[in-house]
Amino acid sequence: MAQSAQTVPHGGHEHHESHGLSYYLFPLDHKIIGMQYLFTGMFMALIGGFFAYAFRMQLAFPGMSVPFFGVVSAGEYNSLVTNHGSIMIFWVAMPVLIAAFGNFLIPLMIGCDDMVFPKVNRLSYQIFLLSVIVLITSFFVPGGGFGGAWTAYPPLSANAQYSLTPLGSTLWLTAVALEFVAFLLGGINFVTTVMNSRAPGMKLYDIPIVVWMIVIASILFTASVGPLIAGAVMLFMDQVVGTQFYDPAAGGDPVLWQHLFWFFGHPEVYVVLLPAMGITADVMVTFARKKLFAYRTVLYTAVGTGVLSFTVWAHHQFIAGIDPRMANVFTITTLLISIPIAEMCFVYIATLYGGSITFKTPMLWALAFVAEFLIGGVTGIFLGASGADIYFHDTYFVLAHFHYTFFPIAIIAVYAGLTYWFPKMFGRMMNDTLGKIHFWGTIIPFNMIFLPLFLLGAWGQHRRIYSYQNFPELAGDTMQNLRILATLSLVTMLLFQLVFLYNFFRSMFKGEKAGKNPWRATTLEWTTESPPGHGNWKEMPTVYRGPYEYGTPGRDQDFWPQNEPS
Amino acid sequence: MTAHAKPLATTRSVAGMPTPRLAIWWVISSEIVIFGGLLTAYILYRLAHDAYSADSAHTNQYIGGFNTLVLLTSSLSAVLAHKAAEHGDGKQAAKLLLLTCLGGLVFLAVKSVEWSIEISHGYTLTASPFWSFYYTAAGIHASHVVAGVIIMAIVARDAARGRELHRVEIIGLYWHFVDVVWIFLFPLLYIAK
Amino acid sequence: MSEEHAHPNYVKVYWILLALLVVSMIGPEIGIRWLTLVTAFGIALVKAYMVVKNFMHLNVEKRFIMYIVSTCLVFMFLLFAGTAPDVMKQEGSGWFKPEVDVPTADAAHGGGEHAGDSHGGESH
Repeated sequence: MAQSAQTVPHGGHEHHESHGLSYYLFPLDHKIIGMQYLFTGMFMALIGGFFAYAFRMQLAFPGMSVPFFGVVSAGEYNSLVTNHGSIMIFWVAMPVLIAAFGNFLIPLMIGCDDMVFPKVNRLSYQIFLLSVIVLITSFFVPGGGFGGAWTAYPPLSANAQYSLTPLGSTLWLTAVALEFVAFLLGGINFVTTVMNSRAPGMKLYDIPIVVWMIVIASILFTASVGPLIAGAVMLFMDQVVGTQFYDPAAGGDPVLWQHLFWFFGHPEVYVVLLPAMGITADVMVTFARKKLFAYRTVLYTAVGTGVLSFTVWAHHQFIAGIDPRMANVFTITTLLISIPIAEMCFVYIATLYGGSITFKTPMLWALAFVAEFLIGGVTGIFLGASGADIYFHDTYFVLAHFHYTFFPIAIIAVYAGLTYWFPKMFGRMMNDTLGKIHFWGTIIPFNMIFLPLFLLGAWGQHRRIYSYQNFPELAGDTMQNLRILATLSLVTMLLFQLVFLYNFFRSMFKGEKAGKNPWRATTLEWTTESPPGHGNWKEMPTVYRGPYEYGTPGRDQDFWPQNEPS
Repeated sequence: MTAHAKPLATTRSVAGMPTPRLAIWWVISSEIVIFGGLLTAYILYRLAHDAYSADSAHTNQYIGGFNTLVLLTSSLSAVLAHKAAEHGDGKQAAKLLLLTCLGGLVFLAVKSVEWSIEISHGYTLTASPFWSFYYTAAGIHASHVVAGVIIMAIVARDAARGRELHRVEIIGLYWHFVDVVWIFLFPLLYIAK
Repeated sequence: MSEEHAHPNYVKVYWILLALLVVSMIGPEIGIRWLTLVTAFGIALVKAYMVVKNFMHLNVEKRFIMYIVSTCLVFMFLLFAGTAPDVMKQEGSGWFKPEVDVPTADAAHGGGEHAGDSHGGESH
């Protein structure tokens, strides 16, 4: 079996041996599994982006036959919106931010040759792939894909009479459940690997921040997803067998689902945010040539944020009929949680202060992450306060806020990470000029999509409406023009992604050779070949110092790799 | 499959305990929240509606009690298997593990008889919310028993040949957890009327 | 395994567990509701504690394991506490749920469908 090659000790074997197809199809190597997650995630992002294009076109030009899609019917509109949300969170943000970067980076950054459970790791991807297949299948079954929003509130999701997608909703739910299983397996693997398999000498405070963040995120996921798995089983039974767990007529409570969903759903925000913060930190220190300001504070803050994130979930339900006294509690905790995140932003800015900054593409993405996420965070305060939320809830204000947090997380930080670690992944450099064109071509349209939506939301435009023609107060020219502006910006932004794809695939084969350490960074993954061979190192590294030793006085080089003896 | 050298990663234990044991505790933690969410939902509904009590009066606490006895006994044999494995006695460990498997199978057999009787009385999955919870909670638990029996049979086969003896403890930990879940399901579904 | 630990007397623990099981079974026979609840759930807690301590060796395990497990448990109590005011209560400050008859299996027996027009029937 080709897998055995992976575990053969490194002596005697050259690092770049050729592999059979099965090595790439059924790999045990963490780097290949990471790439599988990355490419699957990128593929799903294309689908999710296409869905956004289709329903935004419908909103801007109602009833028009959308190029490459056709006329969007009301049912299809619901399905597109629902699956855009589900895909972008569960099948893009999670697999790329946590699984792809986690798999690729963790063993390389902590100085070991693989994950502790390579087979579990492979199984995790296979289950994930199955979930992708189930989800895509759900678009083509009779009745179409599920259209009850990515939060799947019952009774809409539980009852085919209401959702009109008897098969689609069950397949959607199955896909989500499979995806959770995949990430539970993967997450436990990540956590145990980092706890047990660090290189000799690597103490807790020598672990790079991005690894810490992925670990904390995995723990948050593990501890929060359980109730939703149980809730999903109950919902599944309601859909398929005809139980009445969420049926008010039988004493069931739809609000219970909302609690189970958001008990996971809010920590989930931090599950994806923390790795994004980690990637940003690593990129920033490298291009500011400066030690991360207050490493331990960042770490403690992340842990504190994680714990606090379990206490805020019901702020999604302020107008769902929850007890107003509970709303007070959740308002306070929600406003509290903005403090640690703001603190982390300040720490990043302090890291930049006095650094010798070079504006390479990854650095631009990292800076954009902090700037754009700040807007998302600040607008969140309006929604976290229950009084203001009563007005804003279910408007485009929420939608714009949400995209100002998730777009920086799932897209901007991912681009920062991809452009930064691309040389390590494929051994070649990406084109910096094309990278910058892509950067500006993404960031400017991004703001032009969602800033108008804040305005529309504040003017009272509701979410999840197929066409505003029937709402005289929302169908005026001013509002429609803003919708058109947002849609055209979206099309522009999507087109600029072609620049990235071209740059990405061209550089993979034709880019300039990168060498071991093109960014002159300090962490362990830069001390081995690009791309690393089996076992990652010929001689396993030992760690002598913290991860971000830049500009140490009295050394000729301005960086001091973790594995260099003093 | 040929026996091959494992990745270096699996041989390290920086946290001070073997990786498999560390991992199984994470698995158990993730299971705690799965069952926790389900039981939270059940308890909330149960306390809110008296109708649940009326229905729960029809569960058979003697069958439930017998199954508790079976699971406790299988836990004992699982922990004795761990002790034997620690002393390097693979044969004895395998024998005890198979006994544990047997316990799991008896548990499942009793469960299926119990369910057949109840279903024949009209207490089906959709009969009422209580019975929905009854079958869902016990069903999820039973699926854990099935998984445990299968894995344990594999571990026992290896242990009989003196291989992978450390796995005896790991599957035992999982099995005890399944036992603990039942310890709470038993009063929730059977005793509290 | 390399690190051996002292094994408690498992058989003795087992007998105690069985005795506790018998007590929890006797509880409902007496027929006092609060006593039943105490014997049922109090004993479940004791049994779980004994299994976790003696069979799973959580007491000699690394400390952080206990923290991980108990953190997950605490989160579950948090979930309960946050959810209870909405799901468990029928009315609160400024809201109430409309009265519904929660179906029971007995009612379903009579009507065939679980329309649930009465509950607590004595038909069995």
